[in-house]
Amino acid sequence: MILGYDSFRPSTFVDAFRFMYDNPGLMWSKILEHLVISGEAMGIALLIAIPLGVWLGHLHRGEFLAINLANVGRALPSLAVIAIGLGVFGIGTTNVVFALVILAFPLMLTNAYVGVEGVDPDAIEAARGMGMRPHQIVLKIELPLALPLIFAGIKTAAVYVVATATLGGVVGGGGLGDIIVNQASYFLKGVIAASIAVAVLAFAASFVFGLLQRAVTPRGLRRKVKLIEPDVSTGVAEAVTA
Amino acid sequence: MIITAAAVPPPPVIPNYGGPPGGKHGCIAQNGTFCWEWVKGHWGDILQPRLLEHLEMTAIAVGIGFAIAFAAALLAYRKSWFETPFGVFSAFLYTIPSLALFQLLVPFTGLTMLTIEIGLVGYTLLILFRNILEGLRGVPGDVLEAARGMGLTRRQMLFRVELPLALPAISAGIRIAVVTTISLATVAAYITPLGLGQPIFNGLQTDFTTEFVATGALAVALAIGADGLLVVVQRALTPWVRARRTA
Repeated sequence: MILGYDSFRPSTFVDAFRFMYDNPGLMWSKILEHLVISGEAMGIALLIAIPLGVWLGHLHRGEFLAINLANVGRALPSLAVIAIGLGVFGIGTTNVVFALVILAFPLMLTNAYVGVEGVDPDAIEAARGMGMRPHQIVLKIELPLALPLIFAGIKTAAVYVVATATLGGVVGGGGLGDIIVNQASYFLKGVIAASIAVAVLAFAASFVFGLLQRAVTPRGLRRKVKLIEPDVSTGVAEAVTA
Repeated sequence: MIITAAAVPPPPVIPNYGGPPGGKHGCIAQNGTFCWEWVKGHWGDILQPRLLEHLEMTAIAVGIGFAIAFAAALLAYRKSWFETPFGVFSAFLYTIPSLALFQLLVPFTGLTMLTIEIGLVGYTLLILFRNILEGLRGVPGDVLEAARGMGLTRRQMLFRVELPLALPAISAGIRIAVVTTISLATVAAYITPLGLGQPIFNGLQTDFTTEFVATGALAVALAIGADGLLVVVQRALTPWVRARRTA
């Protein structure tokens, strides 16, 4: 680690943009790596967390697990998880993906759980009265009504994952973090350029999933969504635009 | 099987990862995933001091961050125009990747604890500011009306009505800020060899697995422990929140 030998001038910010312009190949390849790592982690977390959260919410069981897991998940220091993952999985991107799955999983699980669990019991009662079977209730009543909150969880997770994937650079995991930890080769201008790219990716993730969240919200619910927004007092489903 | 002396390869040169000098290194020399012997042997000179440093860094950062965020939130509560600029400023800080922020501060404040604390404080601002402000804003209007009707002054209202009622949100903010800071403080060791990040980075550089795995596990334990402890404190401070929820 060679740090702090590159001096910082106001023009360094201009140089950062010039760096992007001068090294399009490097920037794009690192951005792509970053997105692939983030995407893999999001995909794995999604496949496990959403079905589990919906299932637990449907049964109205495991509240303790679903709620507290989110808080524990947030508490885990990602660098430490990457370090443990490196010991278990060895060098490569697996340990980074592992850490990101652990980061994203609880956020998605909790929101899916809270979303499904909080569906108006009258609606379920009515569906049951209409002769719907349990799986129909899940698919036709609970899931659509819970989608806004499920997507809120996915959105938060996406922002966290994209931002945290940067730490992969520490273990040579690829992505924009590779540039950020290599000040010796890319200088501060490169570090700033990569940081701007990370921030832009995080905002883009937030924006895209925000649009998706809006798109999956039934029109009649769009006003109500505000009501089930983050609960600051518990920190559950708290959406931070990282 | 008979092994002649000639067939035995010379013993490989094993780097001494802090094992007892001259003696058998046991699992330390094997450099497996986890070596309990190393953890025991270096609890006193590596792990415990770094743990204490980590706690110190976190406490200072959250303390200063709280003071700044509290003042800013009070100002934003009284003068709503202040909310947007401070909110945007703290959100902007929050978007900078921690690995990069620490590096960017180095040319100004050097490879020092000050650099780390500036970064860590910056990251606590958004969380604390939002939660304190939300907490204050969440005080029901009738309660304020009643307090005003009882003739409480503004200052009395703040300390006797608004802050106590905002306590659940404020303590939740502190809890999130503490665990976030514990997490980011591990990254801070990239700049200065302080806190639990130091053995992690050191282990990564020397390729000694136990050092980074064990320290990583310790950092995870610290974060979960701190989170659990704060939940208990939070519940003790605001018993009515739970009572209302179970009712």
